[in-house]
Order: sequence, then structure tokens, then C-alpha cells
Amino acid sequence: MNKLSLMGLFGLVVRRDLLLAMRRRADVLTTLIFFVMVVSLFPLGVGPEMDMLRKMASGVVWVAALLASMLSLPRMFSADHADGTLEQMMLAPQSLSVLVLGKIVAHWMLSGLPLALIAPVLGLQFDMSPEALWILVLALLLGTPVLSMIGAVGAALTLGLRGGGVLVSLLVLPLCIPVLIFGAGAVEAVTSGMSVASNLAFLGAFMLFALVFSPFVAAQALRISME
Amino acid sequence: MLEVANLACSRGDHRLFSGLTFSLHPGEIMQVQGANGSGKTSLLRTLCGFIQPDEGDILWNGKRAHDLGEDYYAELLYLGHLNAIKDELNALENLQMSAGMAGYTVTEQQAIAALRRMGLQRREHLPVRVLSQGQRRRVALARLLTGDAHLWILDEPLTALDVGAVGLMQELIGEHLSKGGMTIFTTHQPLQVAGVETRQLTLS
Repeated sequence: MNKLSLMGLFGLVVRRDLLLAMRRRADVLTTLIFFVMVVSLFPLGVGPEMDMLRKMASGVVWVAALLASMLSLPRMFSADHADGTLEQMMLAPQSLSVLVLGKIVAHWMLSGLPLALIAPVLGLQFDMSPEALWILVLALLLGTPVLSMIGAVGAALTLGLRGGGVLVSLLVLPLCIPVLIFGAGAVEAVTSGMSVASNLAFLGAFMLFALVFSPFVAAQALRISME
Repeated sequence: MLEVANLACSRGDHRLFSGLTFSLHPGEIMQVQGANGSGKTSLLRTLCGFIQPDEGDILWNGKRAHDLGEDYYAELLYLGHLNAIKDELNALENLQMSAGMAGYTVTEQQAIAALRRMGLQRREHLPVRVLSQGQRRRVALARLLTGDAHLWILDEPLTALDVGAVGLMQELIGEHLSKGGMTIFTTHQPLQVAGVETRQLTLS
């Protein structure tokens, strides 16, 4: 019998969550379609004034991304909680934080990554310049993992609570404000001809900070929720 | 060896049990008895570390289980009320995933052999969603065949099982005990392992 290494376990959790999502595609698609719809509503609602659309583009895309990533958060641990898999994860002879990190990575690949990849298409509706589109994608790639990581802590804390779905959004959204500010700020900076380095650096710093702390905190929150 | 010393546990304000002391040696089997709500499941979940006891210690080979952490979990196999299997996956994938969660890998042949022994021939590649309750329980129980955990903690392992599967469970537990394993379980159905005396622990 072969023992599974820490990395092996991490890979297993990511593979498992991706496999489950492939068998349950509707969940992944709803997040993406919600994002596309919300962003598309703005040009329709505001009207075809190019100057105004260009100005609000980054903010709209970022707010929509924030809301879309909230949609899938309640599902992050709830299925595993309901069918008992979470109990078995806690009994894994490896650190629970690594398993949680695996779940976070899988969650990001299914919610954050698709948003970042489809964002340039949506940006065209707002007449964004090519440079702005590049920076938008880059900022989303740096920012959305933070949303998944902070979201994991919120999802773990509200696990098993009634109405947990709304509660997790109320809990997590305020914490995501810095990501929104610097993410939208990066696109703002490139359109006004300033350097984007500081904004992206902040996003990167948030990501590293969250990467270090969130798996551990979420794991502790899960243990509390299990009692 | 599992030792429990002066254990006390409560849920909310209600004290379930206190001053609980027992030990379980290799090759021994113990049944936890008691009326509904007497704390059988809570005791088993406390042994797994899901619930922190109010007082007392759980010792594994003389060391506190809480301090051992992951080393203790490697020795332990817990099967609760919930099957911990995914409807979207098939029986084979489920078994391989749950083995992975328990920290080891099983080959496809080993997994299929375990499922066959549990009476799931030709069901290996069906989504668990289409299996009956008893068959789903059998998929969950197939974990017992693949791991090498010393301590089995089984909470109502016989729910939804037919007579044949109950006989098979007795056989599996018998093999586990003869290899020096330990089992602690709850059940409302009779479960007698041939040649081994089942110790009783009654919660009131």
C-alpha cells in the first residue's frame, strides 16, 4: 500500500473537485453566465455613451466579478459537509490546511479563472483599449484568487447555518473591498497613462498574504463548524 | 492501545456522560450501548476528535491523541451515519478518492477486488446515484477492506444492510481483530464476531 504525500493529497483534492464540477456543469456555468449578464446590463441601461462607458468599465467588471464569485461560495464546503466527506477530510493523516488549499485552488479554477478569461470579451462592450483589457485580465488573475481565499474562510464559518448563503456574502464582501479598489484602480491607471505597477503589486501582496493565512484560518473554522 | 480516562462530554448544557474510563487492547471489540440520545455517537465523535471533551483524556499507545494529531488519524478509520460518498462519482472512483483522503493510494485492481467482496459485482462503474441505500452503504464499507488502520470506529455500520452483508461485516471485523486490530462500534442490531467476546459499554 502506497502512502500519499502532501502534494499527492493536494493534487487529489483538486482533481476530485474538478471531476465533480465536470459532472455537475450547471453550477459552474451559472456563475459565468451571471457575470456576463450583469456586465452586459450596464451598456444597455446606461446607453451608448462611449465616454461614460469607458470610464465605468473597470469598476463594473470588478463589481460583477465580486458578486459572481459570491454565488458559488456557499457551495464550497456544503456538499462535502452534507454527505460526510468533510468528516473524512478532517481525519486525513495530513494537514487539513493543505486539503482546504486544494479546495480553494479548485474553486478558483472553476469560478475566478473563467471570469478572468471571459472579461476581455465583455470589456469590448465598454470600448476599452487593448492595453486596458490586458491589465484587466492580469488584475483579475491576481485578484480573484484572493476572493476565493477570503471566501473560503467565510464559507467555513457559516457552514451548516440556516441562510448561510446570504450571510457569507455579507461577511466576505466588505473584506474584498481592497481587492476591488486596487483591481479597478489598475485599469484606471493604465487608461489615464499612469504606472500600474503599484496597483498590481498591492494585488499580488494581498494574494500572498491570503495564501499564507486563509487555508489555516479556514481549516480552524471548519473544525469549529464540525462540533 | 486506546485508553480513555475520566472522559466527560456535553452537548449544549446537557451533560451526556462523565467519568467514562475504559481501555481497548489489540484484538478487542467493544459495543457502545445506550438509549437514543444517550451519547453513543457523541462518544465516537469525541474519540475521532470532532468534539472536544469537557474533561478527561484519550490516549493512543500512552500518548494523548490530541497531541499526536495526524499520527493518530493515520491509525483510525471512522465510518459515521453519513456514507461520505459522492453521487456523481462511480463506486470505483468513490473508493479511490476516500482512500486518498485517508492518506494512501489503491490500484484499480485492489479497489475492484474490495468492491466485489462487498457484493458489488458489475456495479463498479455505475454512478452511486443509481444504487440503492444498502448498496451505497456497501460502497462506504469497502473502505474497511483497503486501509490498514488499527482502530475502527463504526457508528451504526449495519444500517440499510441485508442479512448477507451483516454476515460479511462480522467476517470482516473478525479478520481485522485477528490481525491485531481494534473495533469500537454502536448498533441496534445483533452483531457477534465468532470466537471473540464483545465487550459492552453502556451509557445511561
